[in-house]
Amino acid sequence: MNFSFTDEQELFRSGVQRFLKDKSPTTEVRRLMATDTGYDPEVWRQLSDDLGLQAIQIPELYGGAGFGPVELGIVMEELGRSLLCAPYFSSTVLAANAILNAGNESQKLELLPDIASGQQLATVAVTEPNGRWDVDGIQCTASPAGGGFRLNGTKSFVLDGCVAILLVVVARKPDSTGEDGLTFFTLAGDAEGVTRRALQGMDPTRKLARIEFHNAEALPLGDVGNGYPALAKTLDQAVVALANEMVGGTQALLDSAVAYAKMRVQFGRAIGSFQAIKHKCADMLIDVELAKSAAYYAAQAAQEDDPEVPALASLAKVSASEAYMRTAANCIQIHGGIGFTWDNDTHLWYKRAKSSEALLGLPSYHRELLMQRWGY
Amino acid sequence: MANEESVRQAAREWLQANWDPEAGLLDWRNKLADSGWGVPHWPVEWYGKGLSAALSAVIEEEFVSANAVGVAKTGIRMLAAATLLEHGSDVHKDQFLRRILTGEDTWCQLFSEPGSGSDLAGATTRADLIEGRWVINGQKVWTTSAHHAQYGLLLARTNWDEPKHQGLSYFVLPMDQAGVEVQPLKQMNGHASFNQVFFTDAVIPPEYLVSTEGNGWQVAMTTLAHERRGADGVRGASKAGPRRGRIYDEERAETETVMEPYKWYPQRAGRVDLVAKRAEATGTIADPYVRQEIAKLLILAKSAEWTAHRARVAQQEGRPQGPEGSLGKLAASNIARACAHVHTLITGTDAMLTGEDSPMEGTIAEILVSVPATSIAGGTDEIQRNIIAERVLGMPKEPRFDTGPFRDVPRNIVT
Ligand SMILES: Cc1cc2nc3c(=O)[nH]c(=O)nc-3n(C[C@H](O)[C@H](O)[C@H](O)COP(=O)(O)OP(=O)(O)OC[C@H]3O[C@@H](n4cnc5c(N)ncnc54)[C@H](O)[C@@H]3O)c2cc1C
Repeated sequence: MNFSFTDEQELFRSGVQRFLKDKSPTTEVRRLMATDTGYDPEVWRQLSDDLGLQAIQIPELYGGAGFGPVELGIVMEELGRSLLCAPYFSSTVLAANAILNAGNESQKLELLPDIASGQQLATVAVTEPNGRWDVDGIQCTASPAGGGFRLNGTKSFVLDGCVAILLVVVARKPDSTGEDGLTFFTLAGDAEGVTRRALQGMDPTRKLARIEFHNAEALPLGDVGNGYPALAKTLDQAVVALANEMVGGTQALLDSAVAYAKMRVQFGRAIGSFQAIKHKCADMLIDVELAKSAAYYAAQAAQEDDPEVPALASLAKVSASEAYMRTAANCIQIHGGIGFTWDNDTHLWYKRAKSSEALLGLPSYHRELLMQRWGY
Repeated sequence: MANEESVRQAAREWLQANWDPEAGLLDWRNKLADSGWGVPHWPVEWYGKGLSAALSAVIEEEFVSANAVGVAKTGIRMLAAATLLEHGSDVHKDQFLRRILTGEDTWCQLFSEPGSGSDLAGATTRADLIEGRWVINGQKVWTTSAHHAQYGLLLARTNWDEPKHQGLSYFVLPMDQAGVEVQPLKQMNGHASFNQVFFTDAVIPPEYLVSTEGNGWQVAMTTLAHERRGADGVRGASKAGPRRGRIYDEERAETETVMEPYKWYPQRAGRVDLVAKRAEATGTIADPYVRQEIAKLLILAKSAEWTAHRARVAQQEGRPQGPEGSLGKLAASNIARACAHVHTLITGTDAMLTGEDSPMEGTIAEILVSVPATSIAGGTDEIQRNIIAERVLGMPKEPRFDTGPFRDVPRNIVT
């Protein structure tokens, strides 16, 4: 499988990079992370008008740009590097993919164009207060009532759950278990019976919500009761996207650590001249390059609809997550006291690394999945 | 000759006769200083009983089981006391030690500067003797508790033509004066326990020079050795239990004010004490992988505890204070990091949260964003490894680029 980037893709990457450098310096990240909504609607609009990023992997038929997971991966990597505060992961990655995977033709035609243009903010609610990412964690029920369905239960850790206009919720048929009886539903974020509350996130650049459903009326997306394959696919795609986002953040931390090690003088010499620091930086480079290879490979496999994607997604997530956490800790360490301050930017990525470690499942969870998916 | 049983018995009897939860905090601590029961390992002439560290620990146990309040111990105060006991004049000891124990005075450590952290001997804050008084100009940084402190332990340059280590002197700096400006610095965990401190013609009376002019580095090494030794990573949970009475209220008020900068310190050590409980509460204790990781952590923590114990016994048997304190400090970093890993494993997706939404009202989240301090504060891991390699293992030193007169040594351009 060829998974190196083409010239066009590299060009695309530099365009995204330029935009983000301009629009998402850490002063902006800090400003937005302190707000409730956590994003700047004007920058969100430009992200669509200037670059069309919200449409990237959505097929042209549904108002998208028709690219695939590789181009999405490029975007994610750059978003991870710049920590852009925007509801991108929730709307473009999670919700658009869920609708593509689960929806029927008319639903896709109806829902996707507005997500592709960035006008509709959508998110997916899977995980519940139990924090599990496997299907057994899903307790939320959908009961038939009148012509439609009523949702009951609580979702948590919902990305951008408070700003989303459209909620895509996974619920199960009462008394069903495991992979059976699962269905995606859609409803408005402010529908009757929906109570949303912002959660305090350890990573303030990523907004989280807890959402309660009390007999909330919702429409099924696709076939009722057969949502599992679409859910599994949506989660795998999200994991691949997250792995790419994480390697972007890891690279930003490595760059920052290396630049500081070259500049900072102690004992009459640059600290980068001490092998303790030099070797740490070399190890960090190895970490980030290995993690990138895994993330790129998984994205290319997803582009080609390779049946190995589930295993590769888990592999890439573990690799990226461990590289990210180690690099974040090392980056603080190399900065010394200044690295532990609020004013130094390192902690912004450190917290993103920490929350990404848990988002969509810890490395320990994905290592186990990887073995199962490889058939062991 | 004191032995464990007799000391325990004596402590118990003394506490029975004297401990009163309705006493005033200050009165009680003065009583501890006068009787020697507060710091029994200190010399008899200075508020102690001249007992060994091991016997002191026995007395400490008696205080804990009686739920009796001890002398003020938190923060830099004990480093100040240890340094003054070793290098201070009788004037220093007389003026400062008692108020350290009673908690009336808070201290800070004015060592690190923007340009010199690991390379502490590269300090450029200057002390000039002008008309019989020391005049201080320059800047310190990362100064924990400077905003509460009455006194600072100051390392400053008194000679720019000597090689770096020889041009330093050590002072007690009164913080409450016009020439000292303290600005808080916020940390990545949201607390602001350290500060920047600016000196503009701050003044120190001549008798507050500790040891002799030019001997500051030796004195600072004493402070640092005590700091490293204190960081053995096994301290942690704060005391619990029914603590009702005037003295507890006063102690709590103290914790909320002058001791406030240290509130997150147990979390930065990683909270080994919470791991098994949390694993039981979350049900992850049944997970074989989690069990392995917890066991690894506890093996590390226990071994470090026993290593610290061995070091204490060696000290008690009169062997000279060596650099073995560095082992404990490095172990503490490893424990803190391992704790963050295990707490994340146990906490799962909840690790994405902080504050009231998160486990233990934010305590777990605070661990995760505080542990990075452990491998930096009090000397970084890299510096500890250098100390161990060079001083314990006797390996050759790195070639130096900073010898010769200090004014010619390359250093950071600090803006
Ligand atoms: C929570 C906290 C509280 C603190 N409280 C105080 C206080 O009360 N008073 C006070 O004076 N200071 C305090 N400090 C400061 C602390 O002692 C310094 O941050 C520390 O010594 C490192 O110095 P630095 O920050 O200048 O980093 P630097 O010395 O610039 O170090 C940067 C990096 O270079 C590495 N490095 C430097 N020299 C070498 C070498 N020779 N070999 C290999 N690697 C090397 C370091 O290990 C580190 O990774 C505190 C720090 C923290 C985090």
